[in-house]
Amino acid sequence: MALAPLVALVRKDLQIFFTDRRAVILTLAIPIAIASFFGSLFQGQSDQEAARVAVAMVDQDGSGLSKRLITATAADKALAVTQPPLEEARAAVLAGRLGVAVVIPAGFGDAAVRAFIGQGKNAELELLTDPSKGAEVAMVRGLLTGHVMGAVTQEAFTGPSSQRLLDEGIKSLETSTMPADQRELLRRVFESVQALSRGQQNTGAPAAGLGVPFEVHETQVTGLPLRQYNGYAHSFAGMGIQFALFAGIELAAGILLERERGLWKRLRSAPLSRSTLLVARGISGTCITLLTLLVSFAFARLVFQAPIGNLGGFLLVTIASSIMAATFGLLVAALGHTPAATRRVAMFVVLVMVMLGGAWVPSFLFPAWLQQLTWLVPVRWAVDGLDAMTWRGLPFTDALVPSGLLLAFSLACGAVALWRFRWEEA
Amino acid sequence: MLAVRELRKSYGRVVAVDGASFAVEPGQLVGLLGPNGAGKSTTVAMIAGLVTPDGGTVTIGGKPLGGDTDPQKRLIGLVPQDLALYEELPAAANLRLFGALYGLSGRPLEDAIGSALLLVGLAERAGDRVKTFSGGMKRRLNLAAGLLHDPQILLLDEPTVGVDPQSRNAIFENLEYLKGLGKALLYTTHYMEEAERMADRIVVMDHGRVLADDTLAGLRERAGRDAGPGASLESLFLAMTGRTLRD
Repeated sequence: MALAPLVALVRKDLQIFFTDRRAVILTLAIPIAIASFFGSLFQGQSDQEAARVAVAMVDQDGSGLSKRLITATAADKALAVTQPPLEEARAAVLAGRLGVAVVIPAGFGDAAVRAFIGQGKNAELELLTDPSKGAEVAMVRGLLTGHVMGAVTQEAFTGPSSQRLLDEGIKSLETSTMPADQRELLRRVFESVQALSRGQQNTGAPAAGLGVPFEVHETQVTGLPLRQYNGYAHSFAGMGIQFALFAGIELAAGILLERERGLWKRLRSAPLSRSTLLVARGISGTCITLLTLLVSFAFARLVFQAPIGNLGGFLLVTIASSIMAATFGLLVAALGHTPAATRRVAMFVVLVMVMLGGAWVPSFLFPAWLQQLTWLVPVRWAVDGLDAMTWRGLPFTDALVPSGLLLAFSLACGAVALWRFRWEEA
Repeated sequence: MLAVRELRKSYGRVVAVDGASFAVEPGQLVGLLGPNGAGKSTTVAMIAGLVTPDGGTVTIGGKPLGGDTDPQKRLIGLVPQDLALYEELPAAANLRLFGALYGLSGRPLEDAIGSALLLVGLAERAGDRVKTFSGGMKRRLNLAAGLLHDPQILLLDEPTVGVDPQSRNAIFENLEYLKGLGKALLYTTHYMEEAERMADRIVVMDHGRVLADDTLAGLRERAGRDAGPGASLESLFLAMTGRTLRD
């Protein structure tokens, strides 16, 4: 392969790319802007408080228990509690301003304590939910369970109605069909609770009750000591690869446009091999994509302190990803017809690849069979490789497999492009 | 210099070129005429090495033309019908690229660029982007790009389409000059008056075959009394190829 013509062809592509300064700025700025936005969404709680889930508590009961429940939920850092009237809460859920409204119906306090001591059916809470906010509803439901248990047990042990309800419980034991020895044990439990409740009311000691008997301590496991998860590193990887593939599509459209404009006739009339012509486009496409990725990550590093755990491995995966995107562009050019139609089809393919690669939505949300399928998508290898070399802080050796897979994919794309390119149309 | 023998090319069932044979000698301009779909462009593409013939040979100086990287392709300069130029780049940058593809570099390349731009009257616009050029200037630069590596054979595929009379005349003067330098020129066109003015020999093709290969006088003589001694090339052409629409 003659080197001088190859260099001239690559230089020409880079000259054309840098000629339109506005396009260059947009090429570099758009991935940065979108990755920054996604990064801010996925950023962990290491440097900022997570957004609270808005929930309305509608108290139609007015009992001591319902007041305890509202106080407990209001103190929860994960929730932002308001207390609107029922119709206002319903309207807010309907309009999508609120994910959940919890309606505490009249008689809930009594019914819950009775149910707790085995004297009646379970009390019911009504949740008004926005069907599009399933995650928020599930979160509120889980938190509410803990708070209801705490409030009910406090009310049962020390609340103003506890003496009366426990008396009723003791009386009902007399008509119970329970075996006599068990009935006697339960009566002693109720009497002990009554004694505890009286003692606390006399001394003014804090209300006792059952609560969640554990606390969670999280340790984030990465190869980077004293660092916490940086969501920007992942979003810049995902968006970077997406825009690298978009650059591949532009490369393909450029080749097809050159063919339409008759430029390939002039190029092919020169004494050059076909591989020289395609390799030159592959090299220039790789250079442009590599520049885009490096500028994006430099921005993420400087502005968001996105970590690069292993620089050598990061460069290897970035170069392999750039080659993958450029050769994907060559493949698209080989299979495409007109630039406009090719752009549309290729854009669809890229978006599917990016989606399956986990750049938008975490792949664990996919069905199991689809999760297996994502291992066939080069975007996943690229994103996983970049994650490994950035915020995961894994060693250089962990860059070898994803880079090898990306280069093998590139080789296959290049070979098919060389084979299928419609030279005689040129 | 350039000899085409029994050249054939089919696309599926469509026979584009069916046994075409003709030659172009040094210092000669041969006009290749034919209606749309006659096989002219396919013939030029096979001579330029863009399309592989199904049969027949293209020889340059007696040697058959080989594959993509055959050094003999340096002897051929192609001026395609399309304006095959990078509009985003200056004229000189375009020529620098096309020269490098033929192995030119350094001072010889810069000299060749200067000479080619001077020939086509664009020396003053060397640093300007092609997209700022008029249609005629682009056509002249298209010609310069084909001449840059000093080829012995020039393939000109409708090089004057869409240009004003001044640019057309300038191109004709350039071609006369190149003929004078001993270049072999193969010129396809739909403008009969261009062939009448410029061509030493005229090859008429239709349905992939060569119908005639002669001088203008020879064509008139062949047409005989019906055409008359002063018959125009257009009337001779229509007599040979018919008046049926081809598009």
